[in-house]
Amino acid sequence: MAKVVVLGEYCKSCGLCVAACPRKVLAIGDKANSKGYYVAVPADPDKCIGCGLCGTVCPDLALEIYK
Amino acid sequence: MQKVFGRPQGLTDLPFHYCPGCTHGIVHRLVGEVLEELDIIGDTIGVAPVGCAGFSLDFFACDFVGAAHGRAQAVATGIKRALPDKIVFTYQGDGDIAAIGTAHAIHVAARGEKITTIMVNNAVFGMTGGQMAPTTIGGQVTTTSPYGRDCALVGAPIDLPKTVATLNGAVYVAACAVDTPKNILQAKKCIKKAFQVQQRGLGYALVSVLSTCPTNWGLSPVDCLKWLQENMMPVYEMGELKMTEEVKAL
Repeated sequence: MAKVVVLGEYCKSCGLCVAACPRKVLAIGDKANSKGYYVAVPADPDKCIGCGLCGTVCPDLALEIYK
Repeated sequence: MQKVFGRPQGLTDLPFHYCPGCTHGIVHRLVGEVLEELDIIGDTIGVAPVGCAGFSLDFFACDFVGAAHGRAQAVATGIKRALPDKIVFTYQGDGDIAAIGTAHAIHVAARGEKITTIMVNNAVFGMTGGQMAPTTIGGQVTTTSPYGRDCALVGAPIDLPKTVATLNGAVYVAACAVDTPKNILQAKKCIKKAFQVQQRGLGYALVSVLSTCPTNWGLSPVDCLKWLQENMMPVYEMGELKMTEEVKAL
């Protein structure tokens, strides 16, 4: 069981994690953080295998991965 | 559950000030991870120049010095000669190292200063508004080349790592990109090696990282990576361009 956690205040909604996730776990959500960016959310968290590709491409270290 | 990926200790908790999708953040993380893995955070002094890379002062957990535009390697030379036990690295953009700082970029390698340079190449002057840089590729549209860079008029882009690799003092020169997870991991290996070269006192090490600038390229962050792959990677020679026998043995 793996889990991806999005640190909302770090996310800038660039979408690189959404493009990188091979199992389409992540999506851009509809809630904005204090800077006004729509934060990425684990839309389909059960599919996450903790491969870490999203974290690897995230330029803002907004993702933490637990396994 | 155990945390398998997160912020490295080599970085502070401050959120990056860079634009959304700017790959500076990825390169920052790689350097932060390398500082942590080599356990040199307390012994490292970074030098940041002017430009977007100038923000990096606040983001790394090690000591940092701000240098004048293009002069990071000159300042780093002074620090390293005064404090030879410290690990000294410069973190520079292409508009800094390959334009106003070209003389220093060449001569620091010619002298074989025992420092490490991370060069982030996004082919434009990012902070000032996306003007044409010496690294802008032929035909690329920027704010000061609205019809595309005319190489017949202003010359072809400078491939700085390739130039530096011809100098004897440079013992390790690598050109990487951060376009895919695979290349990001490769870039980390190169950055780590560049710091190990300095730990052993072998000579000058330069790692160039091809990067993106979504704001000034006028593309989405995901399209930027594709543009980088299709347009920049064929122009610049990629891979480990120079490695002496001593570095190979590391």
